[in-house]
Amino acid sequence: MEILVCARRVPDTSENEIQLNSAGNDIERDDLVYSINEPDNYAVEEALQIVAKAGGNVTVATVGTDEDEEILRRELAMGANHGVLLSDDSFSGSDGKGIATVLKGFVQKGKYDLILTGVQAEDGGAQVGGMLAAMLDYPFASLVNSIEVTDGNKLKVGREIEGGNREMNEIDLPCVLSIQTGINEPRYVGMRGIRQAASLEVPTYGAVELGVDKASVGEVAAKVERADYFVPTLGKGAEILQGSNEEIAGKLVERMKAKGGLQ
Amino acid sequence: MTARIFAYIAHEGGVVDDSGAELLAAARKIDAAASPTAVVTGTGPELDAVCESLRGTYSEVWKVSSECLVYPNAELVRKALVTVIPAGSIVLVAHNHFGIDLGPGLSVKLGAAFVSDVMGIDGVESPTLKVVRQEFGGQVSTHVRCDISSGAVINLRPGAFTAIEGAVANGVVIDKSAEVGALAAGRRYLETIVAEVGDVDITKEAVLVSVGRGIQEQDNLAIAQDLADALGAAVSCSRPVVDAKWLPKSRQVGSSGQTVKPKIYLACGISGSFQHLAGLKGNPFIVAINKNPKAPIFQVADVGIVADVLEFLPELTIKVREAKGVHAPR
Repeated sequence: MEILVCARRVPDTSENEIQLNSAGNDIERDDLVYSINEPDNYAVEEALQIVAKAGGNVTVATVGTDEDEEILRRELAMGANHGVLLSDDSFSGSDGKGIATVLKGFVQKGKYDLILTGVQAEDGGAQVGGMLAAMLDYPFASLVNSIEVTDGNKLKVGREIEGGNREMNEIDLPCVLSIQTGINEPRYVGMRGIRQAASLEVPTYGAVELGVDKASVGEVAAKVERADYFVPTLGKGAEILQGSNEEIAGKLVERMKAKGGLQ
Repeated sequence: MTARIFAYIAHEGGVVDDSGAELLAAARKIDAAASPTAVVTGTGPELDAVCESLRGTYSEVWKVSSECLVYPNAELVRKALVTVIPAGSIVLVAHNHFGIDLGPGLSVKLGAAFVSDVMGIDGVESPTLKVVRQEFGGQVSTHVRCDISSGAVINLRPGAFTAIEGAVANGVVIDKSAEVGALAAGRRYLETIVAEVGDVDITKEAVLVSVGRGIQEQDNLAIAQDLADALGAAVSCSRPVVDAKWLPKSRQVGSSGQTVKPKIYLACGISGSFQHLAGLKGNPFIVAINKNPKAPIFQVADVGIVADVLEFLPELTIKVREAKGVHAPR
């Protein structure tokens, strides 16, 4: 099975506190630690497990700039066969549809049985996979948390729905699936693997190579754009207890007693 | 404002879900004078009951009845909607597991803009709709401008829009079934596997010690369990802990896990994403313990402690034991 995984490099929220910049038009990006978007990493692992059983190749593609190449090398170190950077000045400022348009161009250059994306990026909208599927007229399933290869033409996939329940579907190939975290346990990538992947070739394709009309992507085509960032205020805010941990623990026990939690 | 607004309403067992009222409220935020049209798909007496109910609050209800729409399959629903909805319309959809399947592809087929998981609507300055979204698990919000000149599909966060009191219409039901021919999809629904019941039923606990990413390692769960034992409570968790396979899915609080209603909820190293908070009902006393003072959990908590859970929880366990007159086991 030929599998394409569409991945993205994002600020890693487990490593960073996300804060506004002074202008309020973006998050503070200096000193941010970036990594592969977490669900995308699960998608690559799932692809690797499928080809381990069914044979085939895993290609990882990302739409971005030279800086984004590092996640491709990381996924190559994980075991992906090919990494491809889709990069062009005209892609800058794309909305979800613009990104899906670029990916469609790449899909049509090859022949893939299965296309995986992560379900959502930390700063994204759970949208590119569904858009790409519609552009290609492929069937689509989101929130996928199990995949079983039943025969050469279709898959049995589980979707995570409310309350921890799982919706089982049969889906024809080729198709697009958006992968939910927890579907598998992504393998560890050591420094040695990353060093080895550093010398692998990662080709770059631009708008011309992909056959993408520059008027259909980037800022010129984007119908959706961020105006600004701000810090939300949801509730009244917590009363922050002050003092040493021991003092705070004592105060907290009193509060919990008053609420009937220590009986 | 000229764009016509449609609201795709989900239902089950002949009963309209919360999106019926929430999408109407959202439509009025886009345009205070809007008379949005409800669109429903399904079949039989259940669909008729849904239409009857919706025409109480919507001036028009479009129904698409077909045997193949008994179970809502987003690909089939998309094909039905693309057939009946005029170009340039605004289509509102609830951002749940069905809306995530439907919205992006629908926007492509309608040639419309798409914005997902919208939690606020600021209004329209033609041709731009300005909405509010969250990013990075709710750590920051953003105003988003959406060009609606060729229509839009807007996925709305469930629970973010409050139903309008006393919304009354004496609407008409229009049967659009004939316009929608035979439908086929590359994806077919098989069955729903109901979540397994775990060893501990967290939905019945009065006190929960809930752990998130801040617990860092599986071995550290013992720290939370010690506190839970001292309190006579159970340990629950947020999604990353289940993803890492440190606790079973039955212990997960959130929209994709369990809905709990404890008296006291100790959120330990949990950032407080909307999906997690959606599983927390009954207005519990929330204690947030997190080393990131900007974590969204502090906005909804009653009491906050800015500390590393690995250092704070053992202190708390000691104090709880003292208060209960129990000494630490030797």
